[in-house]
Amino acid sequence: MRSATVPGPSRSWSPPASEADGRELAVYVHWPFCVSKCPYCDFNSHVRESIDEAGWREALIADLRHEAALTAGASVVSIFFGGGTPSLMDAATTAAIIDAIAALWPVAPGVEITLEANPTSVEAARFAGFARAGVNRVSLGLQALDDASLQMLGRPHDVAQGLAALDVAQANFGRVSFDLIYTRPGQTLASWQAELQRALGFGTEHLSLYQLTIEPKTRFASLHASGKLLLPDEEASADLFELTREMTAAAGLPAYEVSNHARAGAESRHNLAYWTYADYVGVGPGAHGRRRHAATVRTMKPEGWLAGVRAAGHGIAEETALDAPTRGQEALLMGLRLTDGIDPGRFEARTGVALDEAIDPQSLAELRGLGLVAPAGGNLRLTAAGAPLLNAILARLVAG
Amino acid sequence: MTAELSRIRNFSIIAHIDHGKSTLADRLIQQTGGLQAREMTEQVLDNMDIERERGITIKSQTVRLDYKASDGLDYVLNLMDTPGHVDFAYEVSRSLAACEGALLVVDASQGVEAQTLANVYQSIEHDHEIVPVINKIDLPAAEPERVKAQIEEVIGLDTANAVLASAKSGIGIPEVLEAIVKYIPAPKGDRDAPLKAMLVDSWYDPYLGVVILVRVIDGVLRKGQQITMMQAGTQHLVDRVGVFRPKIEIVGDLGPGEVGFITAQIKEVAQTNVGDTITETKRPTAQPLPGFKEVQPVVFCGLFPTDAADFEKLRESLGKLRLNDASFSFEMETSAALGFGFRCGFLGLLHLEIVQERLTREYDLDLITTAPSVVYKIFKNDGSMIELHNPADMPDPVYIEHIEEPWIEAVIYCPDEYLGSILKLCQDRRGIQKNLTSVAGRAQVTYELPLNEVVFDFYDRLKSISRGYASFDYHQTGYREGDLVRMTILVNGELVDALSMVVHRSQSEARGRHMCERMKDLIPRHLFKIPIQAAIGGRVIARETIAAMRKDVTAKCYGGDISRKRKLLDKQKEGKKRMRQYGSVDIPQEAFIAALRMGDEG
Repeated sequence: MRSATVPGPSRSWSPPASEADGRELAVYVHWPFCVSKCPYCDFNSHVRESIDEAGWREALIADLRHEAALTAGASVVSIFFGGGTPSLMDAATTAAIIDAIAALWPVAPGVEITLEANPTSVEAARFAGFARAGVNRVSLGLQALDDASLQMLGRPHDVAQGLAALDVAQANFGRVSFDLIYTRPGQTLASWQAELQRALGFGTEHLSLYQLTIEPKTRFASLHASGKLLLPDEEASADLFELTREMTAAAGLPAYEVSNHARAGAESRHNLAYWTYADYVGVGPGAHGRRRHAATVRTMKPEGWLAGVRAAGHGIAEETALDAPTRGQEALLMGLRLTDGIDPGRFEARTGVALDEAIDPQSLAELRGLGLVAPAGGNLRLTAAGAPLLNAILARLVAG
Repeated sequence: MTAELSRIRNFSIIAHIDHGKSTLADRLIQQTGGLQAREMTEQVLDNMDIERERGITIKSQTVRLDYKASDGLDYVLNLMDTPGHVDFAYEVSRSLAACEGALLVVDASQGVEAQTLANVYQSIEHDHEIVPVINKIDLPAAEPERVKAQIEEVIGLDTANAVLASAKSGIGIPEVLEAIVKYIPAPKGDRDAPLKAMLVDSWYDPYLGVVILVRVIDGVLRKGQQITMMQAGTQHLVDRVGVFRPKIEIVGDLGPGEVGFITAQIKEVAQTNVGDTITETKRPTAQPLPGFKEVQPVVFCGLFPTDAADFEKLRESLGKLRLNDASFSFEMETSAALGFGFRCGFLGLLHLEIVQERLTREYDLDLITTAPSVVYKIFKNDGSMIELHNPADMPDPVYIEHIEEPWIEAVIYCPDEYLGSILKLCQDRRGIQKNLTSVAGRAQVTYELPLNEVVFDFYDRLKSISRGYASFDYHQTGYREGDLVRMTILVNGELVDALSMVVHRSQSEARGRHMCERMKDLIPRHLFKIPIQAAIGGRVIARETIAAMRKDVTAKCYGGDISRKRKLLDKQKEGKKRMRQYGSVDIPQEAFIAALRMGDEG
C-alpha cells in the first residue's frame, strides 16, 4: 500500500511573502476510520475492514485542491488531522497531504500540524513516522487514568498503554496534548481530583478536559434513556467543572476555553481559528468549513464522499452562504467559549457585523448586572461565574 | 310504529368502568338483529373518541331492540345509555327518569365497585326494578356466588333473578333478554291524553340539525305536529320522528312509553333544555314533568391559546362545540400574561377536561388553562352585588362588604375502612357533617361543603385516599357568606395574574405554600435565583426560592460544526418562545396547567 516517498526528517516552509494577503486559514482533514466505535462518540467515524489508502490520499488532495482555488491569498496557520482515528493513517499519506497543502497555499512560519491519535502501542510505534512527515503536535485520546473507566468508555487501550504512548509522543513531538473525559458515571470530586492531579504531573502543556456529554444516536444515549447509565447531576457536574478550573490554573495550565487548558503559548492554534471565527477549510467525509462567508459540509458517508470527489472534484454536499446576522451569531457562539472572550475589532473584521449589533443590549445589561459577563481589555467575555453557563447566556445574549 | 304499552321495556345499564357495559350492549344489539356482525364496531354506543378512550359516556344514547320472547310475543326493548359522572348528574337523572328498570352489570371476579353504588342508589330512587347481571363468569377467577352474596349484603338487592353471563363470549345473552321482559315493568301512560314527553338529551348532527331524544309519557308524538317546549316557552314544527336501532329509522309516530327522537329545524342545542316537557301546542298538557332544572355552569376557568395567533380559531372552535353542548358557556377575557382568551363555564371538572381535550384533539389547539374557580357573589359597600367569575377581577377589599360562595351537599359512599380519612378530608375542606350511617361495612356520609373546595382537587383526593372505592355525588344548595380572600402568586416580584385564586382565609397559607412548592418544581432554573411568593394583598404568606442555574455549557465544540451549535441555540430560543415572560423569568406553559392540577397534593 505504501507507495509515496518517505519525506525527509525535518521540514520547514517559507512561502514567498507576496503570495499571502495576511488572511489566516486553518485546514482540517478528516480521516473517518476507527478500529472500533466508542459508545459516547457521535463523530463521523466508521469501521471498515480494508481501506484503499492511495485512493483516499488522492481524493483528499483533490478535495483540498478545490478549496485552494477558492481561498487564494490566505496563508495556512494550522493543519489538523482529525477523525475517526488519523493515527491509523499511513505516515506516507500524512506526508503527501502535508506536501500537497504546502504546494497549494502559502504556509505561515511555525505552522501547527496536529494529528489526533489513540494511545495504543500499535499507533505509538508509528509516531516517529508522523513526526518525520511534518506533524509537530499530537492530541492523544487518553480519556481516563483508570482501567475500569477506559473499559466503560469502550476504549481500545488500558492506562499503561496510554501512558507509554504519551511518553513516546512527548519524545517525538514538540507539542503534545491529551484528552480526558470526566463527570463519568459514579465519579466523585475526590476521585477526579486524584486523577487530574496525576494527569497534571506528566508535564504535558495542553489538556482537553471534556465533561462526558450524552450525544443523541450513540450507545450511551440509549443506555442513558433506559436508566442504565446515570451521570452526576447538575450540582455535581458544576462542582467538578469548578474543581477542574481551580486545579489547572494552580498548575499553570489555566482554561483558555471551556474545556481546554494550556500553559501560556501552548494553546491549540487550530481550535483558536474556530473560536475566533477565522476561515477554515474542511476536507474529507463530513468535514465542515467556513470560507469567505460560506459554510461547507462534506458528504458524511466515506464511500459517498469518495464517489463525490471522483465525480465532481470535491466532496461538498452542501454549501450555504451565511448572511451577516448568522455570521455574527456564529462568531458569538464560538468566541465566548474563550476565556479571553471576543475582540470587537477582529469580530467585525471577520464577520462584517459590529459586535454591538450581534448582541441584545438589554440582555447584556442584565447579564452584566448578574456578574456573568464583564468586559476586560476591550473584549466581551464571560466571568468565571458565567463560563459554566455559556449556553443559557447565549440564549439571552444573541440578538434576534 | 306505536307499540302496545305492555310490550315495551325501557331500561338502562349500570356498570363500573371495565365491567362490560358496552360489550353487553353490543351483544344485546347483535342478538336482536339491530346490526349485522360486520357493522359492529367496538362499542357501538360510545360515539366520540373521548368516550371510547376514557370508557365514559358523555351523551345519552338509546337503542330500540325488537325481541320475540319465549312467551311467543314481540317486545320492544329500549336500551338507554346514560352518562356516568357527577358532572352530568342531572342528565343522568333525566335518563333514568325515562326508564323503568336497569341491568346492574357486575364483574364476577371483582365484585361491586364503589363508583357503581351511587348509580345504583339513584336508580333505586327512581323506583327502578334492577336485574343483576354477573358478567365475565367464564374467567378463571370468577366467583359468581360470592359476588351475588356481596350484592345482597352491600346493596340489599335480591339476587334470585340474577343472570350469569359473559358478554364477551356471548354466554347468557338470551337469559338477559328474557329477564328484561320478565322483571322490568312495562311503562304506564295514556294514549288519549294530551301529549306529554320528556326531552332526555339533545345533540347536533351535521345532517339533521339538532336531534332531540324523547321519552313519551302520554299522548302521541308525530311528524307535522306543532309542539311547545314548556320550560323554554318555544314552539317548533316536528319534521322527523324516528328511533335508533342503533341506525336511524324514521317512524310515523311515538306513543306512550316509547323512546325515540325528533328533529324540528332547531339549529342550536342551546335552544333545547334537558328535562324540558314537550307538549302539543294546540292541546297542551296541564302540568309539566317534575324535576326540571336549568343547567348552570358551576366551574369557570380561562382558556387561552398558546399561540396568540390561534385566538380566532379558538373562538370558532368554542362556537362549534357549543352547538352540541349547551352546558358550557364562554366569553372573551384578557390576561396581562396570557393575552386574549375566553372565560368558560362548565358543569364540573370532568366536563372542563372533556372540552379542553376536544379542543386540543378535534380542533388541534394548544391551550393554557387557568385555575378553576366558582362564581362568587361580591357584595360591595355601595349596596351593589357583582358575580365574580374570575379571581383577577376581584375588587379591592376596601370596597367589599362581604363575599358569598356557593355550597353543595355531597353524599359520599365508601367502605368503612376509608371513612376516617374521608371525614378528615371533608373537615379539611371546611365541610359540615350532616349525616353519617353505616350498614354492613359500608358508610354513607353527607356533608355540606363549599364548592370551591371541591373544584380544586377534592375528587382526585377522594379517589386516592379511598383507592377508588368512594363514590361521590353532589348538588348545589345555595350561597353562604365566607371569609374569602384573593391569593396572588409573585414570581421574582412580578404578579402572575393567571395564578390568582380566591381561597378561604383559613386555607390560604396551606394553599399558598403548596402553590409555591409546585411552581418551584415547574419553573426551570434561571441564571439568577428566583423567589416565588404567595401573598394576600401586600402580605406574603408563603415563599420558596429556585436556586440559580449552575451549569449549562456544551463541553465539546464538534470540530468546526458551528451549524450544530446554532441549531442548539435556535432550539433554546424556540423553547423560550413557548414560555411566558414575567419580568425576566420565563414560565413554561406546562407550569400553568400542572400548577393548577393539584391532584398529587401530599
